[in-house]
Amino acid sequence: MTEYTPVLVLAAISGAFAVFSVLIAPLTGPKRYNRAKVDSYECGIEPTPQAAGGGRVPVKYFITAMLFIVFDVEIIFLYPFAVEFDLLGWFGIVEMLLFIATVFVAYVYVWRRGGLEWD
Amino acid sequence: MSELFGNEAWWVIILKALLVFVVLVVFTLFNIWFERRVVARMQHRVGPNVWGPFGLLQSLADGVKLALKEEIFPKHAHKVVYFIAPVIATIPAFLAWAVIPFGPEVTIPFTDTVTPLQLTDMPVAVLYILAVTSIGVYGIVLGGWASGSTYSLLGGVRSSAQMISYEVAMGLSLVAVFIYAGSMSTSEIVAAQAEDTWFALPLLPSFIIYMIAMVGETNRAPFDLPEAEGELVGGFHTEYSSLKFALFFLAEYINMVTVSALATTMFLGGWRAPWGISQIDGANEGYWPVLWFLGKTLLFVFLFIWLRGSLPRLRYDQFMKFGWKVLIPASLAWIVVVCVMRRLIIDDDLDPTKILVVAGVLVVALLVVQFIPERRTPAVEAPEPDAFAGGFPVPPMPGKQPVAPSGAPVAPSGEKEA
Repeated sequence: MTEYTPVLVLAAISGAFAVFSVLIAPLTGPKRYNRAKVDSYECGIEPTPQAAGGGRVPVKYFITAMLFIVFDVEIIFLYPFAVEFDLLGWFGIVEMLLFIATVFVAYVYVWRRGGLEWD
Repeated sequence: MSELFGNEAWWVIILKALLVFVVLVVFTLFNIWFERRVVARMQHRVGPNVWGPFGLLQSLADGVKLALKEEIFPKHAHKVVYFIAPVIATIPAFLAWAVIPFGPEVTIPFTDTVTPLQLTDMPVAVLYILAVTSIGVYGIVLGGWASGSTYSLLGGVRSSAQMISYEVAMGLSLVAVFIYAGSMSTSEIVAAQAEDTWFALPLLPSFIIYMIAMVGETNRAPFDLPEAEGELVGGFHTEYSSLKFALFFLAEYINMVTVSALATTMFLGGWRAPWGISQIDGANEGYWPVLWFLGKTLLFVFLFIWLRGSLPRLRYDQFMKFGWKVLIPASLAWIVVVCVMRRLIIDDDLDPTKILVVAGVLVVALLVVQFIPERRTPAVEAPEPDAFAGGFPVPPMPGKQPVAPSGAPVAPSGEKEA
């Protein structure tokens, strides 16, 4: 038994609730078949045969996701530093400033290359 | 962190887990009603007021109605992922509440068992919250993708891009709190604020950045671009109906309460009574703190609703630009300031009152700068386009003079010059 057991209990309760809701829905609701109903909804016009771009998404979103990883890793390094802040002293601050500056170089590069533009 | 976490009896754990679940579901039902009532008041309407006292049972009735609606399985939807997505969105929304502290240690009624009013706690509790709430993004992006519809897909990717963008700012704004509290455990952060002051005061910039990021993180107005009705119908849940839609709705509202509760815990002293009430004996003992905690959380929920009632939606490029080019550099700069400031305070080289003085001077300077009239070079105004082309073929409207190409008004023809 650790601190994480209650998390599993809560996950079991909420999971059971969610799965139950998904499974019960077809039984409680009516069923009236209509060909137009099962088409994708596109405000009444004849729906396109598949989602935009065949289910592919613009590359901008991938760039955002990669940028997110860079900064998320930075955050992950900042957290232990922040928790042990009192012990690390000025040495820790200088080291962390150097680290933030290093990541900032990448940030400025992305900014200058237009990676943060969204049009 | 209490010794009890991880060493409790099974029945206590199950009881608390069930309580958290019930509280969240009831809180969601209440919030939907609360939002509808408040927005209605802001728009000079009445809002739901028929079912139950003040219409409180309205959202319950809506839930039952949703269960009785037909479930539609779209033609292009993915057979498996379409059903799993709402489940993936719902479970993490509940899980985040495992480490939110509701109150201090209490005795369970009718027994002698002492237990903290918090399901569990761990040394990395806040990191855990950030981790599980991120899993909720999968539910949204998979739901949007699996529907096989253009609107859903666009809503799904927009939503995920937005959530990860604002998660960076959110994560950075919490660093300052960890520096002050020296811990990532939620109960210890609350305890640290009891010794110190509420972190919202010394860390005001972090608090503001967190509040902006939490609105972006939960896809709420004015950042509700993923479900912008005007362009994307409903966003990622366009193709969902019946109880699966209800699950997405539930997850969204729980997420809203989760970030509010996290804001309460990190910045507003958690379950501790606000100043004034805390002077009363016993205000921070027993079951009373639950009231303070829910009150503070409700304050944030009201803020969400207020924002929705008063602000128009942003454009997507403005929104992303704001997140990446303003919030992230601002929070990084603030972290550097906090590091140096905190170190100086610990080393006794700096008196906290001095910081207040400097901050006050800065604020006053900013205000003064606001009142300095901007010196503008008078812009060269382009000559007004002459819609009537000098009185031909349409004569000028009464009271108007045709404009000459040079910009100077010319006397209408047929009139003598004075």
